[in-house]
Amino acid sequence: MDICVCVKRVPGTGSTILLTDDGMNVDTRHLGFTIGPHEECAVEEAVQIVTAHGGSVTVLTAGPPEAEEQLRYALSLGADRGVLIDTGPEELDAEQTASALTQAIRQLESGGSRFDMLLFGNESADASHYQVGIRVACALELPMVGGVKGIQIDEAAGTLDLRRDAAGGIEVYRTPLPAAVAVAEGLNLPRYPSMRGRLRAMKARLDTVEVQLEPGGLRKRGLRRPAEQGSQTVMLGTGPEAADAVADVLEELGVV
Amino acid sequence: MSSLPERADVVVIGAGIVGNSIVHHLADRGWRNIVLLDKGPLPDPGGSTGHASNFIFPVDHSKEITALTLDSMRQYEKFGTLTTCGGVEISRTEERDQELLRRMSSATSWGVPAEMISPARVGELVPFVDTSLIRTAFWTPSVAVVDPLQTGALMREHARALGALTVSANTEVLGIDTEEAGTPGTRTVRTVHTDKGDIETDTVVVACGVWSRRIAGMAGASIPLTPAVHQMIDVGPIPELAATGQEIAYPIVRDMDPLMYERQSGADLEVGSYAHRPILHDPDDIPSIAASALSPTQLPFTQEDFDPQLATALELFGPILDREEVGVRHAINGLLSLTPDGSPVLGETPEVRGLWSAAAVWIKEGPGVGRMVAEWMTDGSAEIDLHSADIARFYPNQRAATHVRARASEGFNKTYGIVHPREQWESSRGQRLSPFFARERELGAQFFEVGGWERPHWYESNRHLLEEMQPHAPAPEMLRERPAEWDGRWWSPITNAEHLAMRERAAMIDLSAFAHFDVAGPGALDYVQRMVVAQVDRPVGRIMYTPVLSPGGGFRSDLTVVRLGTRHFRIVTGGADGARDLQWFTTHLPSDGSVTLTDLTSATCTVGLWGPRARDILGELTADDVSHEGFGFGTARWLTVDTVPVLALRISYVGDLGWELHAPFDQGRRLWDAVEEAGRPHGVVPAGIGVYGTTGRLEKGYRLMGAELEAEYDPVEAGLALPKVKDADFVGRDAYLRARGHDPVATLCTLTVDDHHDSGGTRRYPQGGEPILTPDGERIVDRKGRGSYVTSAGSGPSVGRYLLMAYLPPEHAVEGTALTVGYMGERYPVTVARAGRTPLFDPDDERMKR
Repeated sequence: MDICVCVKRVPGTGSTILLTDDGMNVDTRHLGFTIGPHEECAVEEAVQIVTAHGGSVTVLTAGPPEAEEQLRYALSLGADRGVLIDTGPEELDAEQTASALTQAIRQLESGGSRFDMLLFGNESADASHYQVGIRVACALELPMVGGVKGIQIDEAAGTLDLRRDAAGGIEVYRTPLPAAVAVAEGLNLPRYPSMRGRLRAMKARLDTVEVQLEPGGLRKRGLRRPAEQGSQTVMLGTGPEAADAVADVLEELGVV
Repeated sequence: MSSLPERADVVVIGAGIVGNSIVHHLADRGWRNIVLLDKGPLPDPGGSTGHASNFIFPVDHSKEITALTLDSMRQYEKFGTLTTCGGVEISRTEERDQELLRRMSSATSWGVPAEMISPARVGELVPFVDTSLIRTAFWTPSVAVVDPLQTGALMREHARALGALTVSANTEVLGIDTEEAGTPGTRTVRTVHTDKGDIETDTVVVACGVWSRRIAGMAGASIPLTPAVHQMIDVGPIPELAATGQEIAYPIVRDMDPLMYERQSGADLEVGSYAHRPILHDPDDIPSIAASALSPTQLPFTQEDFDPQLATALELFGPILDREEVGVRHAINGLLSLTPDGSPVLGETPEVRGLWSAAAVWIKEGPGVGRMVAEWMTDGSAEIDLHSADIARFYPNQRAATHVRARASEGFNKTYGIVHPREQWESSRGQRLSPFFARERELGAQFFEVGGWERPHWYESNRHLLEEMQPHAPAPEMLRERPAEWDGRWWSPITNAEHLAMRERAAMIDLSAFAHFDVAGPGALDYVQRMVVAQVDRPVGRIMYTPVLSPGGGFRSDLTVVRLGTRHFRIVTGGADGARDLQWFTTHLPSDGSVTLTDLTSATCTVGLWGPRARDILGELTADDVSHEGFGFGTARWLTVDTVPVLALRISYVGDLGWELHAPFDQGRRLWDAVEEAGRPHGVVPAGIGVYGTTGRLEKGYRLMGAELEAEYDPVEAGLALPKVKDADFVGRDAYLRARGHDPVATLCTLTVDDHHDSGGTRRYPQGGEPILTPDGERIVDRKGRGSYVTSAGSGPSVGRYLLMAYLPPEHAVEGTALTVGYMGERYPVTVARAGRTPLFDPDDERMKR
C-alpha cells in the first residue's frame, strides 16, 4: 500500500490572530509553523496503514523552502519520503496548489511511484478553501470522499470503506483503489514524534519536484479580523450562596 | 475583580514568583496599601515563572547566589511547595572532573551537604542512565523541585490576610510618571497609569521578568537585561516514570558537558538545554498574551537548534528515551532574562528614586530575592550582601542595549559552563580607555576589564624581569609559570616580577578606573561626616581612608576622602564600585541644595607611583617640595608635575613610598610620558593591577570591597574599626557601636600556604572561595553560622609565601594556628600568619612612611 499525504505549512496561531500592516497576511513574526490538525491525522493514518499492510508513505507539500520543516515533522512521525514543491514565498490559491500537487504526483508516478491512496486534510488550517483535495482527485480522475473519520482497507478486494459523520448518523462509502480521501480530525489520535524519529528525520534527504505554476483564479483582496466578541463574565455569587445559581447554569447547559 | 485604589504605598508590577514574594515580605514588614499588578491572568500570568523547569540546585560558586537560593528553599519548604529529589551533576571530561571538585569546594564553603560519587552510584540513583558515559559526579541530596505558582498564590494570600494587599490581574501598565526630586538631577516616581485606572504612589517595584526593561523604560530608567531563549522539551509517556505515581521520584541529572539537564515530570522526562546558540529577543517584540500560541514567554520551538541535544539526551537516557512510543509531547523556546554579567538586577534604579528593580531572577532565587528586596526597601539594607546583584553596579555604558546584548550572548553558554574566576569577557570591550592606553598597548599590556575600563593586568614588556628579579625573590618559583593550567589561567608570573621591581625600584600603575566625586558647598562637611565612619573634620589636605556602612552596619564601601577645603572634599573609590558608590552618595545628598556632588571620574586620570625610588623620580619632575617633611604621609597637595597640574595623594595600597597622581584626563599622556622618562634611570617599570589589587595588597593585608568587605561582616571583624568613634552621626553608627561593644565573632586573618604539593606532586594554588578547614578537614563555622572561606588568594612575592585571607572564629584566629584549605579535592596545610590588620610585609609601614 503506497500512500501519498499532502500537507500544508500553516502558522500555529494563538487566540488572537494578528495581521500584517497591509492587512494582506497573518503576522507570523511570533508564530511557529505546523500542519493542520486534519493533516496530522492524515499522516498518522498513513503511517498506521503502512505499518499494518506494508508499503510506504510519501509526504508532499507545495510551499516555500521552509516547508521542509513540515516534511521533516511528518518524517519524524514515521513517513518514509518527503517531497517539496518549492513554490516560493507567495501564498498559492487552491487552484494553483492543486495544479502543483497534481503535476508533482504525475511526475512521481512517472518516475516509478504508484500511489494506492492520496490523503488530504479536509481543509487547510489557514485558508480553509475545501478545494485542493477534490481538485487533485478530479485532475487525476480518482474517486474522492471528503470529511472522512474512518478508513478500512480490504486488500484482497482492493477497496476502501470510508466512514464520515452525517446529520443524524454516519455515511459509509466503498471505493476501489486507487482513491483520494480527505480526512477530518477525529480519525485517529496522532502520535508525538519520537526522539529517534526526529533524529532520523533530521538526517533524511528530501526530494524536490519542479512544476509549472499556473495562474490561479482567486485573488486575495485583504484580510479582516472579525469584531471582538468580548466574553462576558457573570459573577454568580460567592460562597455557598452561589450554589443555586451554579446549579441553574449547569442545568441550562444540560450537564446535570 | 478588585478595583484599583487611587493611591498606594507601593505598586509592585509583575505577579511572578518575585513580585509575589516581595508583596508577602513587604506585608510582613509592616507595609500596607500594597498593590500588585499583572497584565496577565492569575495564577499564571504568562511570564517565565509559569514555564520554568522549577528545580533548584543550591550550590553556586557565588556566595551571594547560594545564600539567596538557600533562603528561597527554606521559604518554599515553609509553604509546602518543595519536593526534595536530589540531583547529580555528571562529568564526561577531565576538565569537568576538576570543575566538579571546585563545586565540591563551594558546597563546603557555603555549607551545603554534597559529595563526589562514582558512576556506579549514579546508576543506583538514576537507573536509566548509561553510566559508561560518566567519569564522576557531584551529588547534592537537597536538590529539589518547587511549585512557584502555588507558592505565589500562597504568598498573595498571606499578604491579603494581613489586610495589606490589593491584587489586580489582567491590568496592563501603560505608563509611569515621574517628577523632579528634591535633589537636582534626580527624579522620583509619581503615578502608575494602567488600563484600569491610575495609581498615585512614591514607590514602584518592577518585577516583570523579561518585560522589565520595557516597564522601567516608561519611567526613564534602564534595567539592563535581555529576554533570551532556553529550550525545553517534554518526552513521554515513560512507563517506568509513570509507575512512580509522583511528579518527581528520581534525582535530577545535570549533564554538564553538553550543557543540558534531564528531570522527571510525572510520566515524562523534561530535557532542557543551554547549549544552543544564544537567541535573544527584544522586550518590545514579545507577543501579547492573546497573540501567543502558548504564552508570551513560551515561544515556538526552533527544532534545528535543539537537534544536537536530542542525540545527547538519547545517548545518556537511551533505555527510556529510545522508544518509538515515547514522544516529544511539548517543546518550547522558553524566555528567561539574561544580564550583562549573569547576576540579578536588584535595588533602586540610579535614574529614578522610588523605582525599584527586582529582575533577572531564577525560580531558585525568587523567594529569597523577594525577602531581601523587601528588607532593603524597608531598612535600607538587606541581610544577604547583594552588592553583585545591585542594579547600581552598572555604569551607563554597561546599561546600553548594545552592551547588554553582546554580553548576554556571550554569557548564555556559560550557564553550565566552566568559568574561571578571573575569566575575561571577549565581547563589547574597549569602552573606557585611559589616556595611557596607547602606551600600555605598546608595552604589551594584558588588559582586564572593570566597569568597562581596560586596565593593564601585567605587561609583556616586563618579561625580562622574570630573570632580573630572581636574586630578589625569596621564593624563586613565584617567577615561573604555575604547573597546573587552571591555576595559571588568566595569570602571569610577570605580575610577581613587576611586584619585586616595585619593591626594589619603582613602579607606575594606571589607576584611571578610580571613581572621583567632588563634594562642595556649605553642607559638605556635615554630609560627608554622615556618609562615612571616619572623622573627616580634619585639617585641609588630610586624607582619610574610611569604611562606608549600610544602615545595618555592614560594608557598603571603603574609600578615600580628601579634604580639599573647609567646604570641599574629594572622594576616591574603586573602579569596580564607583557606580554603586555614586548612587549611594547621590541618594543621600541633602535636598536643600547645600551640597553639590560632581562625578569627575571621566575627567580625571591617575598614575600610581610607588617604590623606594618614587620620591627621586617625582622630585625630578616638580619644583614643589616632596620631601617627607614637606609632604607627609596621609596628606594631599596640588603639584605641578612637568607641565601637568596634579592632585597628589601620599598614600599607598601596595605598601611602598609614593603617590597617587590625579591629573586632568587630557594631560594624562603627558604625565605618563614625563614619569616614565624621569623614572627610566631609576629603573621604573609599568606594573599592572595584578600588583595593585593582589600581590601588593595581600602582603599589606589590605582589604578589598566585595571580597573581604561586604555587608555580612562588620568593621570590627574586618579589622577596620577606627580607634575612636566620632561624635557626628553617620549611616550605620548604631550597628557600628554595637559591633564595637563585644568581641568579634570572626576576625579577618592572613594565612600562608605551607605546602603546595598535591598527592601527585604538582604545585597547586587556591584561587579564592575555597573552604578553610581544620587540620582534620572539618568545616570551620563561627557563632553566627558563617563558614570560613578564602576571600582573596595570591602571591606575596616579597614575603615568599602564597597568601590567603579568611575570616576565622576566635579559637582559630590565633597567629601560628595550623589549618588546611580545601582545593580541587585535596587539602593543603596553611598557617594563620596574621590575625587582624597588621601586615605581613613591613608591619610598621616604615617603607611608605619614610
